[in-house]
Amino acid sequence: MTAIPTTTSLEARIGRWARGQRRLDTVFRLGTALFAFLVLVLLGGVIVALVEGAWPALRHFGPSFVTTEEWNPVTDEFGALAPIYGTLVTSAIALLIGVPISFGIALFITELCPPWLKRPIGTAIELLAGIPSIIYGIWGLFVFAPFLQETVQPFLIDTLGEVPGLGFLFAGPPLGIGVLTAGLILAIMVLPFVTSVMRDVFETVPPMVKESAYGLGATTWEVMWSIVLPYTRIGVVGGVMLGLGRALGETMAVTFVIGNAHDIHASLLAPGTTISAALANEFTEATTDLYLSSLIALGLILFVITFGVLVLAKLLLLRLQRQQGT
Amino acid sequence: MTLYQRRRLSNQVVLGLSLAATALGLFWLAAILTTLLANGLTALSADLFTQMTPPPGSQGGLANAIFGSLVMTGIATLIGTPVGILAGTYLAEYSRGSRLAEVIRFINDILLSAPSIIIGLFVYEVVVLRMGHFSAWAGALALAIIVVPVVVRTTEDMLRLVPDTLREAAAALGAPKWRTVVQISYRAALQGIVTGIMLAVARISGETAPLLFTALNNQFWSTDLNAPMANLPVVIFQFALSPYADWQTLAWGGALLITTVILVLNIGARLVASWSSVKR
Amino acid sequence: MTVLSPPAARPLTRPLVPAERRTEPAPAIKADIRNVHFFYKKFEALKGISLPLYDRRVTAFIGPSGCGKSTLLRVFNRIYNLYPEQRAEGEVIIDGRNVLEPGYDVNLLRAKVGMVFQKPTPFPMSIYDNIAFGIRLYETLPASELDGRVEQALQRAALWNEVKDKLKQSGLGLSGGQQQRLCIARAIALKPEILLLDEPASALDPISTSKIEELIHELRSDYCIAIVTHNMQQAARTADFTAFMYLGELIEYAETEKIFTKPNKKQTEDYVTGRFG
Repeated sequence: MTAIPTTTSLEARIGRWARGQRRLDTVFRLGTALFAFLVLVLLGGVIVALVEGAWPALRHFGPSFVTTEEWNPVTDEFGALAPIYGTLVTSAIALLIGVPISFGIALFITELCPPWLKRPIGTAIELLAGIPSIIYGIWGLFVFAPFLQETVQPFLIDTLGEVPGLGFLFAGPPLGIGVLTAGLILAIMVLPFVTSVMRDVFETVPPMVKESAYGLGATTWEVMWSIVLPYTRIGVVGGVMLGLGRALGETMAVTFVIGNAHDIHASLLAPGTTISAALANEFTEATTDLYLSSLIALGLILFVITFGVLVLAKLLLLRLQRQQGT
Repeated sequence: MTLYQRRRLSNQVVLGLSLAATALGLFWLAAILTTLLANGLTALSADLFTQMTPPPGSQGGLANAIFGSLVMTGIATLIGTPVGILAGTYLAEYSRGSRLAEVIRFINDILLSAPSIIIGLFVYEVVVLRMGHFSAWAGALALAIIVVPVVVRTTEDMLRLVPDTLREAAAALGAPKWRTVVQISYRAALQGIVTGIMLAVARISGETAPLLFTALNNQFWSTDLNAPMANLPVVIFQFALSPYADWQTLAWGGALLITTVILVLNIGARLVASWSSVKR
Repeated sequence: MTVLSPPAARPLTRPLVPAERRTEPAPAIKADIRNVHFFYKKFEALKGISLPLYDRRVTAFIGPSGCGKSTLLRVFNRIYNLYPEQRAEGEVIIDGRNVLEPGYDVNLLRAKVGMVFQKPTPFPMSIYDNIAFGIRLYETLPASELDGRVEQALQRAALWNEVKDKLKQSGLGLSGGQQQRLCIARAIALKPEILLLDEPASALDPISTSKIEELIHELRSDYCIAIVTHNMQQAARTADFTAFMYLGELIEYAETEKIFTKPNKKQTEDYVTGRFG
């Protein structure tokens, strides 16, 4: 900085200032990078902590941990089969019921709804996602389960229960609480998530593509079924997987209404348990180390399943995005 | 029936079903909210805010639980928000074309949807076991971990909406990057970031599962962050599942309180977002 | 390649000024551009540009879109440094130093070389803070002095009378033309030596455009101004010198009058007469 004497002081001053700023710049960049990296550390930490905690149980029971139904704190015998089964069945019911309804709502909002109603209805459906899990639980226990017990379940027992080959799913007395009730509540809970993804991916269809189909005289449903759905297939599946991820890990609502029995019954009306419900119910009561470790092992299994489902969901949605990008 | 009539009919049937599905969705929202109001309003009284959680069979309120929830939600927000904003800043402002950033973004999205009970287990393993007892700190930490991915995501999204021309304009004045980010980008994305924080607070104020193994519960007024602390969600959980009518009523009162706060936060967040100054 | 490529930094023997301005002293070279190449990743957007920018003169860059005129402007203050995939080669000599060399401080450069963009870029803050933002970067001034500097800049940008009663209001609330003059005020508040204007009026209505053009004429007496424009009349109205670029090359550079009346190159003639571009 020696060029011209008259500006030397200015250049020297700015130079010194700029060096300080560059240092601050580096500090700020590294700081933000550090916290971004923390996100990775967090995931790593979760995995390490779960594996560490689950290790005694996994070593003690071996692979049979996931194939045994027995869950007996008194004799220190633990098997994860019943909660795994309950988790999968309740989630399956949730998707079976929730996905078609979500599709209907997404179809309504994107294609049928008058524009001025779009926002209010969209917001209302999204508010369903805002209601905390525990509220679904208390509502499910005091309102929804008794309602099912008095009306829907007797009806199911009398009708579907009599159908050969299907009746075993609806055998036994109407208890109100049980696997079916948990599945239905989960269906309501995944609605907003699946709907919102479906809406988003439906919006990605270029209007011209839809318009050319309408131009040929196709009906709304035909455009939806033959143009929009094939175009967004990957994204829709991604949305469903995202919903599945939610349903698998949902805790409080299920804990309230599933009955918490470590049994596997063919009937959907019978009580059962899920991984997260077992954790919520028993964790603070776990008396022995092996009991605690078994519960953490349940958590590890839940983590592995949901992680796999969510990764798949994200990959599918990313693929749709890339497809859009090119 | 001609082909045309059949096509029209099936179209009308599907559209009818779609309308029914929407009605059903809205019905659930209405059903849940009306039950909450009906049961919760009877529990609302000054006692709810001034009395401690009672033993079975006696009168009381939720003062200690409300306080605990406020404290833990507050601490979690104070810890989680800066972490989330800085991490989101890195992803939006510094990670142009970086592989690592893509991985972080992906993992963050996974954490965003991961079951919260797993976070509870993690904090139990890492904090509660090490400290040897349940504590409000552990509860706040678990909630903070849930806040982070939400804030990371919204911060990144909102910063990406800030046009590059604004950054160029600041750089053209000779502003260093960090000042551009702090004084220009943050300011332009402010409403969006605030929205994200409000949604994160709404999310954690109802979280129960991660508190079960961390903060646990406490029947008494406690301000000790190293001890178990009462909080609304866990109290609701215990009281609702109890056989005592008094406790169940209190649970409904707490449920109404939480839901009101959360819905107000949710709707408020949408209002803030709609004022957004980020224009493209 | 260029009609006019005087050896760098050597004073011109014959003053290159438009006829009506013959009374002015000969212009000095403020920035000397020597053989500048520019790359977006592998794509070569500038293929060896050389020309001088004269102090207290307005130089216009014209050419069809994609010719590299904006890219060249973005080299002068190294704003392209924000994007790792972009790089420049060659020399831009300002005050005897090559500002493109890696060791040259970009903050110092940008304090000397102000820039105004195609679309107005008011910061999301008050009108006052928009101007003060730049000043505060380099100087810590007492409030009264800062007020003075802000007023001075706004006066200079012919905006003071319109905003003096609402300095605390958001800069986003101004009209497009006012916003652009705010951005010019923000740039000159730093007392730069060179002012770069990248199609400053392209997003504005005719009345705002004429105000900006008047302003450029005003500022000409103190700054070395480089303006990119797609509007040939604007170049003819505002500039002392005009450079015509095409496909990353400088086709012709001369006094504006010469470019528009008797250009040396066929391509230039075709462009300024509207036969292509």
